[in-house]
Amino acid sequence: MEIKNSNWKSRKAKIINARQMTVSEKWFDIRLEDGELDHEPGQFVQVELFGVGEAPISICSSPTKKGSFELTVRAAGRVTREMHKLDKGDNIAVRGPFGKPFPVKTMVGNDLLFVAGGLGLAPLRSLINYVMDNRREFGKVDILLGSRSPKDMLFGNEISEWQKRLDVNFACTVDRGAPEWKGNVGLITSLIPGINLNPERTYAVVVGPPIMYKFVINELLKKNISERHIVLSLERHMKCGMGKCGHCQIDHPKNYYCCKDGPTFTYDEVKDAKKL
Amino acid sequence: MKYHILEKDQLECFVRSLSKKMKAVGPVAKGHNNYAFEEVTSASQLSLDYIPTILPPKKYFMPNKEKMIDFDLGGKTPSAQAALECEELAIMGVHTCDLAGIQCLNIVFNERPRDYNYLLRKEKLFIIGVECNKYCDEYASCALVNSHLPNGGYDLFFTDVGDRYVINVNTQKGEDFVESVGLDKAEGRDLAAMDKIREEKRKIFKNEVDIDPKKLPEIFDKSYNSKVWEKVAEKCLSCGNCTNVCPTCYCFDMEDFINLDLKTGSRVRTWDSCQFETFAAVAGGENFRGERSMRQRHRVYRKFKFPVDKFNRFFCTGCGRCSRTCMAGINLKEILKEVAEESKF
Repeated sequence: MEIKNSNWKSRKAKIINARQMTVSEKWFDIRLEDGELDHEPGQFVQVELFGVGEAPISICSSPTKKGSFELTVRAAGRVTREMHKLDKGDNIAVRGPFGKPFPVKTMVGNDLLFVAGGLGLAPLRSLINYVMDNRREFGKVDILLGSRSPKDMLFGNEISEWQKRLDVNFACTVDRGAPEWKGNVGLITSLIPGINLNPERTYAVVVGPPIMYKFVINELLKKNISERHIVLSLERHMKCGMGKCGHCQIDHPKNYYCCKDGPTFTYDEVKDAKKL
Repeated sequence: MKYHILEKDQLECFVRSLSKKMKAVGPVAKGHNNYAFEEVTSASQLSLDYIPTILPPKKYFMPNKEKMIDFDLGGKTPSAQAALECEELAIMGVHTCDLAGIQCLNIVFNERPRDYNYLLRKEKLFIIGVECNKYCDEYASCALVNSHLPNGGYDLFFTDVGDRYVINVNTQKGEDFVESVGLDKAEGRDLAAMDKIREEKRKIFKNEVDIDPKKLPEIFDKSYNSKVWEKVAEKCLSCGNCTNVCPTCYCFDMEDFINLDLKTGSRVRTWDSCQFETFAAVAGGENFRGERSMRQRHRVYRKFKFPVDKFNRFFCTGCGRCSRTCMAGINLKEILKEVAEESKF
């Protein structure tokens, strides 16, 4: 029997562009058959490969970009490895968008400090590009970027654009340098003390691997940024996207479902979690 | 409230009428004091005096394997259709603890975004409860969570008053069936007999762990870092039996199955368990509940803490299945007593 109002119905889409970005990350530009994805910065979709399964992937493009949306996918699991075999012209399906977006409205009028580690740049890019397209609404903008090595750096072209812009301060570092690399070498935390910021009116948005949060947040607190002004996007296995399947529930007294109550949280909300 | 009566020697006629109308299931003895909900066509197959079945009736509300999507990869572009598998079904002999469990699941799947597969299937189910006049066994803790008495959640409800059942009719669907079988209305003496049973029950069913249930949320507020979790973890084998048999555990996984034609297949919802090692692991390698103690705490918190914050009710129905089934002898009542004791200091 067919069911009309199933939550598991997917939206058909076509890959209109794809590019291998690094050894393990591939970028996809995707157009939905039924119109715009209608997402907000920080949300995610469930990518559906029938016969293989579903995987939650952060949307890396800003909603200000119309006609299609972008995903950056690391080949890490069964579905994502299979997805890397797809290319321009291939069919795909998604469910979503899901999740609580970054608190863009409350950030308006404030200075912004973006801290991205590795693939964390993907979800953060949806917000960074949104801010770039609405630049007048925000104060000073700093972007800090950390990668394992120069060849792991994502969105190279865009990064050079950000470096050129006069309304953005950009700095990046790599954990391990390379012969041709002339930039910073060291952890991303080493970039924070040098930032000149007004803690009263700064929102810090931090996205990276779980190990990064503790150290970055420590540096931000030293700068007197309030816990409510530190915004994170947490990683969990968000299997259904609807706050039901239980996989993404955070080990926290407040019973958060990462897919529905997050993935974006203020540090104040999740500081009691066993792991960020 | 409407009450009818069914003489015990008419039970056979009742079951036959029901099973002619729709598929009927009820508790069936499986030997070694095990019971299971299975299809029945005669009262002789039923065991209405039973200890909680191995699996709760949730298996009819949220099947262990439930097809959600049919897909076809054979065409030019892949196509997919949302699927629903359900049938008219009568579930007989549901204990009050399991009725409470169904009510918990109803709340969860009614929360937005609503789960229509669950909600539509539920509408096809005809629920006949039965009252426990005494404890099933020492694992039960139904009086603690007040699920030893009927609190709705059924179409019909049977109370055994000796030679007959007093039947409480709770829905129009129940009323229609009772009328079609032609059951007599209960009289004053039947209702008095039922009241007497309830009076007796008040003496038999006593808070099993001697903790004021109102204090439980407060106790669990203090027990996040309790030593109890480490202690339980030393015994736990992470087999997932406790969550499989729990009437209110609904965590699930989605699996794709492809048919032998390698073109068509289906996406299936299957039961999952928070006790499994990889339940909270992500593809990148991080495991957010990699330790058994964290997983056991999570299970108990999902019964006594989180649902209280969210839905203002316990998601433990006191059925005792988790303790009864645990191969390692982990006992929920013991856990509750220990955290309560520890929280005093």
